[in-house]
Amino acid sequence: MASLSVSPAAVPPEALPAPREGVSSWPLIDRVCYWLCWVTGIGLCVIAVAIVAFMFVKGIAYLRPELFVKSPAASLRQTQSGGFLDPIIGTFIVTAIGTAVAAPVGIALGVWLSEYRSPRWLARVVGSSIEILAGVPSIVLALFGLLIVSKGFLSFLSQGSPQGSLGESFLCAGLFMALLAMPLIVAATYEALEQVPNRVREASFALGKTRATTIWRVLLPSIRPSMAGGVVLGMGRIIGDTAIVTVLLGLTIKNEPVGSTPLLGTLRGTGSTLTSYVYYNSPAGEGNSHEKAYAAAFVLLMVVLLLNALVTRITRGREPGRRPRWYGLTGLVGRLGWTR
Amino acid sequence: MAAAPASQLRPELAAAVRTDKRAELLLGALAFGAFALIAFMVVTVVVKAWPSFSYNGLNWFGSGGDVSTELRVMREGTPLPGHGLAYFRAWPLIWGTVVTTVVAVVLALVISTLAAVFLTEFAPTRARRAVEPVVRLLAGVPSVIYGLIGILALAPWINEHLISNSRKQSVIYVVQLNGANLTTASLILTVMILPIMIALTANALQSVPDSWREGSAALGVNRWRTIWRVSLRTAWPAIAAATVLATARALGEAVMLAMVAGGTAFAANPLDGLTFFFEPVRPLAAMIFQESEGLTIATLSHTIYAMAAVLLLSATMLSFAGWAAKQPMKRYGVRA
Repeated sequence: MASLSVSPAAVPPEALPAPREGVSSWPLIDRVCYWLCWVTGIGLCVIAVAIVAFMFVKGIAYLRPELFVKSPAASLRQTQSGGFLDPIIGTFIVTAIGTAVAAPVGIALGVWLSEYRSPRWLARVVGSSIEILAGVPSIVLALFGLLIVSKGFLSFLSQGSPQGSLGESFLCAGLFMALLAMPLIVAATYEALEQVPNRVREASFALGKTRATTIWRVLLPSIRPSMAGGVVLGMGRIIGDTAIVTVLLGLTIKNEPVGSTPLLGTLRGTGSTLTSYVYYNSPAGEGNSHEKAYAAAFVLLMVVLLLNALVTRITRGREPGRRPRWYGLTGLVGRLGWTR
Repeated sequence: MAAAPASQLRPELAAAVRTDKRAELLLGALAFGAFALIAFMVVTVVVKAWPSFSYNGLNWFGSGGDVSTELRVMREGTPLPGHGLAYFRAWPLIWGTVVTTVVAVVLALVISTLAAVFLTEFAPTRARRAVEPVVRLLAGVPSVIYGLIGILALAPWINEHLISNSRKQSVIYVVQLNGANLTTASLILTVMILPIMIALTANALQSVPDSWREGSAALGVNRWRTIWRVSLRTAWPAIAAATVLATARALGEAVMLAMVAGGTAFAANPLDGLTFFFEPVRPLAAMIFQESEGLTIATLSHTIYAMAAVLLLSATMLSFAGWAAKQPMKRYGVRA
């Protein structure tokens, strides 16, 4: 009560009691929750470090240089079952095809959704179908792919169906991988365009530029890093997928070209990728040699880590403030389609 | 844009306007194509699946008989006595999907909420800088690697340390217990869906207006209570949406579950008490993945497409549910 009689100005600021906001003064349950938050955060880091460290230890233990240059062979003997040259090439081909298709289409769709968006009903429908596509399990995408690639005008993509084959080939797998990567690219493009202030567009219109020119010359160059980030994320998604490879690539352990045309033959033929190679060599698959599986999984994880770092690098400093940056993790959710 | 008719413009301007029109048409056609493709996908998969549904009726979703036997019968072409070739009862698979998904989503809901609160409220900048890449990394690890770690590291450990011999003996006549079981599958599935849930929840918490939290703090409410009473209460629709979307992810996970969920299509029985958590399950997506070699056989492929149709329709509905769950946030004018 004595302090009330003293006018506030008479008390020097440092004499005021420190505000009681330390966690130690909270009720017990609040303190427990606070520490639970910390435990969760640290626990996540521990899990991630454990996964990476485990793969490192196992991978380095079993990785041999010759694995990179030998083709796999069907053999139960470790020394004769070869390396994973073909799966690496396979991963590369599938990713290249998938990205080459998904990037232009995805960017175009993102541009249309953000800049044209008319007629309105179509924009809503397209937005929600891309949201749905983002949620469709890749195994279902693969089955859908199998239904249509062997039919009609798409049959040139594979060798057709001579001996019970359903039309699996690198081209088919790549095409449907594009569907997997597309939502990420659409989301990245769309979100980046939404963040470009309208005055930029207006300035371009004021200079007498049409909308197409504005997009091509002004908007797209300004969001290049975000688009690149989306594309790299899409590549990561393609590289990591196993289901589409299993169903649409035929799962021959070697890349089996069709016909004699060198490049086209391989593209129309069947093969494997790193993911399917890991599965094949895991205890669940037929090869069942965990040393090869660990080595290939290590290479796969390195590629994924590299792509992850690349996305961070490309889009660094793009989003201001202390918002966490998720790069496509939150992607499309609720931003497209019906919400507008 | 109110452009003058092209005929009145200078020729180069007229050309530019024409290009503009063409670009809009082209992009619009592409967008329509994307929609058409996705609609076509739903239709073709359901049509291809129809023979299986029409033969079994609603009993398709029911129980009765052993899934593995039914699928083997379709592969070999000799029907079971008293049933047609297409006889199929998917309940063990559906149950497997539901159980793994529910366990994983519930675990992930708790963990992701705590982690998102940690990221947005409590973490010092340095800790935040460490956790964010970790979350992105967990999202980027391919499912086959999760599966490999599960089957080669986690499953043997669980088999040796958590399942006692007496527990194995107690159910030996029904099902064989080993490390590949419901617990292993759900735990790894939790880690796999955590990133998307953390990201969405953190985004939602971040979009709660600062002034609301400051108002609460100014009333002398401590930070945890503020988070609990203000931030989380505002953001719950977004958290619900995140949960729904994560559910869709968990439903569709095939490869990892095919590797670690156990080899038999067994409907784990909750009445078994703790043993329930160590019984093998076989979710739909994993079954499709493992049976995909049989797609050349007509009856089997209809059945597989029927499973795919169930997954596809569930995923589609969950997409809409995720949208619907977020609607209450609009009331506050908060966009997450």
